Parts: sequence; C-alpha cells; structure tokens
Amino acid sequence: MARDVIPIRRAAASSNAFEYFSTKKDEFVGWARKFSLFPYPFVTACCAMEFMAVSASPYDTDRFGAALPRFSPRQADLLMVVGTVTHKQAPVLLKVWEQMCEPKWVMAFGVCASSGGFYQNYAALQGIDKIIPVDVYVPGCPPRPEMVIDGIMQLQDKIARSRHPVVTDTF
Amino acid sequence: MAAARDLETLRRELVPVAGAATLSHGCFVLLLTPSELVPTVRRLRDEFGFDVLLDVTAVDWLGDALRFEVVHHFYSTTHKARVRLKTRVGSDDPVVDSLGALYGSAAFMERECHDMYGIAFRGNFDLRPILLYEGFVGHPLRKDYPKQREQPLVPYRD
Repeated sequence: MARDVIPIRRAAASSNAFEYFSTKKDEFVGWARKFSLFPYPFVTACCAMEFMAVSASPYDTDRFGAALPRFSPRQADLLMVVGTVTHKQAPVLLKVWEQMCEPKWVMAFGVCASSGGFYQNYAALQGIDKIIPVDVYVPGCPPRPEMVIDGIMQLQDKIARSRHPVVTDTF
Repeated sequence: MAAARDLETLRRELVPVAGAATLSHGCFVLLLTPSELVPTVRRLRDEFGFDVLLDVTAVDWLGDALRFEVVHHFYSTTHKARVRLKTRVGSDDPVVDSLGALYGSAAFMERECHDMYGIAFRGNFDLRPILLYEGFVGHPLRKDYPKQREQPLVPYRD
C-alpha cells in the first residue's frame, strides 16, 4: 500500500514564502539553541581549575546560557574536553561523544586538548580532533577565563549561523 | 639526639651489609647483585626497621653490559631514615626477585616497573599492564623506545 507522502517543499513554488520561512526557522532555532548550551565537562587535568574559575561568579558562563553542567552525555549538547587526553582515555572520550544526542558541539579547552600541548610521547593524544570533530579551540595553558568566554561566544555565533534541520536534511 | 645516634649505628651496621655502599644526601645507597636483594631487604625490614617500601623503579643505562638498574627505596618510620637499593641486571633477561612476600605494596609498583622498563619480577604473578593498556607493544621508558611512537586505541579521523 503506497503511503501518502506530504511534500515539505512544494515542487513548483509560486512564491518564495517557503524559502523565507525556512530561513527564519534556522535563525529562530539557532537563536534558541545558542542560549541553551548544556555543557558536559570531560575534565581530565589541571585546566579543570580554570573551568571552575570560568563557571564561578566573577566570570559566570551562566550569562551565555552555558551554565548548567550535565554529567550525563545524553542531556548535554556541548562537550567541553578540559585537559590532556591520553591514548588510554581516548576510547572513553569517543564513547561519551557518541552518546550525545544531536545537535552537539565540541570545545577543546586548553592546549593539550587542542593539540597535545607539550606532551609528545607514547601516552598523550595529539589533540582530540584526531578522534572527534571539534567546533572551537581555546588554546592556552591554561586559557584565561576571557579566552573561554570568547570561545563560547564564537561557538554561539557559529550556532546562530548554522542551518538547523529539524524534520529532514532540507528543512 | 637519639635519632642521630640511631642513624650513626645504622650507618656502621648497614654499610658492610652489601658489597658496596655509599651515603648520598643522607640516604644510604647499597649496590647489590640480584641474589643479594631479598636477603638484604629481609634484614633491612626485620633488623633495621625499614617498614615502608616507598618506590620500585629502574634506570636504563643503554649500552652498559648490565643495562638495567632496579631501584628500591625504603623508609624507616622509627629511625626517620631512607635507604636506596640498586640492583643491576642484564638486558637479555632482566629479572629480579619480587618483594611481594615482604611488602604487600610491592605488587602494584612492580607492575608499573614492568610496564615501563620490562623488568620481570620473579614471584609476582600479576604483571598485567597497570598504567599502560592491553596491547601496548614495548616499554616506553626504555631508552631505545622511539620518543614519538604512539599506539592509539581509536582509529584516527582522516
């Protein structure tokens, strides 16, 4: 039995109303998503201290809607990899990233997560982008809180500029 | 005062224990052969009161005939003194006796030393990797391990 397919995009559009609506949809969803980042802190090393500093009241990432750390990857949409990731930990990081629901973004917090930093030996992964895609890099050993806030704001810009398909790939 | 006198006694009695001994920065250093290790440690524990095994590690003297130097550190909580034992072993069969029967804490430290230097400890039957992971080939702290060789567990993205 053939099922009736409801076309999302009309085959012959007589006006550009649909395109206009679609564009505004991306803008609206992007606006909503960029102010409701739920970070999952994958904290492995000394950058954790800086993560605490940037979360606490003087710098206060709550202002950007990125305040509430979720310690379950199922509930998070921003994976903050804070600190050195070793080869032994890499499978764990990959599993956490795979468990996060779409849409998801990744921030490499600190120079070790970005590139391995000054660790170049048998133990350290040379940047988490070897195994998972990274949206924003915040270098520094450790990064200043201002750099982290700048990273969050750049990520928000990126989210606002992105397409946000909610039904299919084209809508 | 009593502590200083104890230390002096210790120095007099400890130094003839092994073939060669020195005093380095207030730490007794004894150079041993593998067969002398366990009897010396037993004397240190039972007669001299060295009740804490602090560390088991090794030094790789690449190129020497006896390539590895297994280093044990002990501490005495009564005398507040430290002693260091250096045991030289060759590279083709680097084996020393385990101290697991004398110090329970030896087991994990010997596993780490086995990870990093490939020293086998006779009598320690659980030398699985403790800091490294299953499948790691080689011993990373040996001088002939290539500095930048990585053994990733996760395939890299292209």
